[in-house]
Amino acid sequence: MRVRHAGVAHPVRTWLVLGFLLSVLGLLATRAVYLQIFNADYLQSQGKQRHSRVLKDNSHRGMILDRFGAPLAVSTPVDSVWAHPATLAENRKDWGRLGALLGLSARELRELLARHEGREFMYLRRHVPPELAEKVMALGIDGVALQREYRRYYPLGPVAGHALGFTNVDDQGQEGIELAYDDWLRAVPGQRRVLRDLHGNTVELVESMVLPVPGKDLQVSLDRRIQYLAYRELKAAVERHRARAGSAVVLDARSGEVLALVNEPDFNPNNRTNLKSQVFRNRAVTDVFEPGSTLKPFTIAAALESGQFNARSMIDTSGGALTVNGRTIHDTHAYAALTVAGVIEKSSNVGAAKIALALNKRDHYSLLRRAGFGSSTGIRLPGEVFGQLRSPESWVPIEQATIAFGYGISATPLQLARAYAMLANGGVSLPVTMLRQTGAPVGERVLTERTTREVRAMLELAVSAEGTGAGAQVPDYRVAGKTGTVRKLTSQGYSEDKYVAWFAGIAPASNPRLVMVVAVDEPRSGGYFGGQVAAPVFSRVMAGALRLLDIPADAPRGAPSRPVLLVKNVGSAHAEPAQ
Amino acid sequence: MGKQFFVLVAAVVVCAVAVVELRHRNRQLYVQLQALQSERDAHVTEWGQLLLEEGAWSQHRRIEATARSRLGMDLPDPRQIVVIRSQSAGGRQ
Repeated sequence: MRVRHAGVAHPVRTWLVLGFLLSVLGLLATRAVYLQIFNADYLQSQGKQRHSRVLKDNSHRGMILDRFGAPLAVSTPVDSVWAHPATLAENRKDWGRLGALLGLSARELRELLARHEGREFMYLRRHVPPELAEKVMALGIDGVALQREYRRYYPLGPVAGHALGFTNVDDQGQEGIELAYDDWLRAVPGQRRVLRDLHGNTVELVESMVLPVPGKDLQVSLDRRIQYLAYRELKAAVERHRARAGSAVVLDARSGEVLALVNEPDFNPNNRTNLKSQVFRNRAVTDVFEPGSTLKPFTIAAALESGQFNARSMIDTSGGALTVNGRTIHDTHAYAALTVAGVIEKSSNVGAAKIALALNKRDHYSLLRRAGFGSSTGIRLPGEVFGQLRSPESWVPIEQATIAFGYGISATPLQLARAYAMLANGGVSLPVTMLRQTGAPVGERVLTERTTREVRAMLELAVSAEGTGAGAQVPDYRVAGKTGTVRKLTSQGYSEDKYVAWFAGIAPASNPRLVMVVAVDEPRSGGYFGGQVAAPVFSRVMAGALRLLDIPADAPRGAPSRPVLLVKNVGSAHAEPAQ
Repeated sequence: MGKQFFVLVAAVVVCAVAVVELRHRNRQLYVQLQALQSERDAHVTEWGQLLLEEGAWSQHRRIEATARSRLGMDLPDPRQIVVIRSQSAGGRQ
């Protein structure tokens, strides 16, 4: 009663207090409305910044497999150590232990943190061995975590280095097949949003924003056994002749598939630290040389197709020299006269030039062009060059004459291999591919079947005991091929002592299956002729490849004279090293 | 009116319980998913390593060296090889 009486007695005070309380309430309500409605986006984003994180979810890159499914490039998971810069910056006391494990000094760590100030992520060290990753996590330092990444391994190492190429630290293709088919092989990393607590532990997954998609496997046309053979023999030849570089390509003549592609000097794609661009150049597609005598079969093919010549037409090559436009073409040996077949067998420049000069230059050009000179082989490897083949409008007689024996035109070893594959494939030119083919390839007819048969028969003579390419013979198989020895073009004109040794060949000659081109750049010891340097590489690789592919022997041979004794020899050879 | 009200309240309660239940299931399944994913990762890792191991052991360079040095094997000389032609192989050519 008293209280009520007192309240009634002081109405002004009551209203004042009430009004004060109400206005404060109003103020709070306004503030709440301001924060909840007008400021909501800003505040929510701030809150998210503190707790929600978007994590990268890496996935593995597709494997590269050889034509039989053996792995040539495999991505395996590794861990990278990363840190949240702001959190780590506060944990100064842990720097010593962390730095000791990762090989970072306190100063380096400070600089690293300064560079990433205000960021949410920084790598401390990438691709660490699993034991080290475990040790780092065992330290239990706030703000330090592991990120799953993938490292690429190449089981063949240097054997397929140039063909496969390599990836960078982010698993992106940089060279070779890895770059050419990067879109197919590449994995799309996923993203997910998670909530983290103060210590950086993931508490809850909010959403998967992007699901990780692993890369797709790629089956290439390489046969790792033939690849290894080619690698071994080319390396041996380059070392034996102290050459500057070398390339070898083996093609399947019927499908245009590349069975082996090697270059020297080689490199190991597993070890990225000492890569120099000089070393990883894929010379078989990026370097052009004049093909020299290896181009003569195409001159002869043009001659046969023109109808003006046949294999037995006589060409006057007397004196072993021919002067055109004031320039003289020489033969190594002078022959009085040669048949068209003899021009190939003896590799006569004069003969080839005389034949070419009798041909319509437009037809001659068209044949070379359709055989693939001066244009892409279709292989899709990075850095491919097309070589030089000038249009016939600008040809003067001397040019047409030199092109006949492979000067004034340039090609990569792969282009030459493709052109020989056309000869091997009955005159149908196929695009070259690094991928395993299942369907029948679509090609373009360049020569008649009959012409290619005749040219192949001449090329068989060229590797006979009397020919320039005798070193290319393969036991039990008939082989067709052509040597080439080219003076290198330098800034002072054609060099006197720098050569490129070529060999291009087809086996077995009766039923062509394989084509191989070998180019050795600047052999410096043990001879420089294509027949001495490049042909033996062909012979050894082909002997192995024909056997590995189970291609039946086609050379007639007599029965072994003493088979029983020979069988005994095999046994004793086995026992010998046990001594 | 009263009856409708109770039906709606009941529906709301059922919904609320369902939300809680689903959320719980969601988390459980997510945990399971993560476990399976890490298991898959482990298998993929192991498979990749086995492939690499196989690749390393079956390197032709290595096999050749082993065959030549430890087993004393060698490629026979062509003169030591006898070619046997079967009817079908001859017919195909």
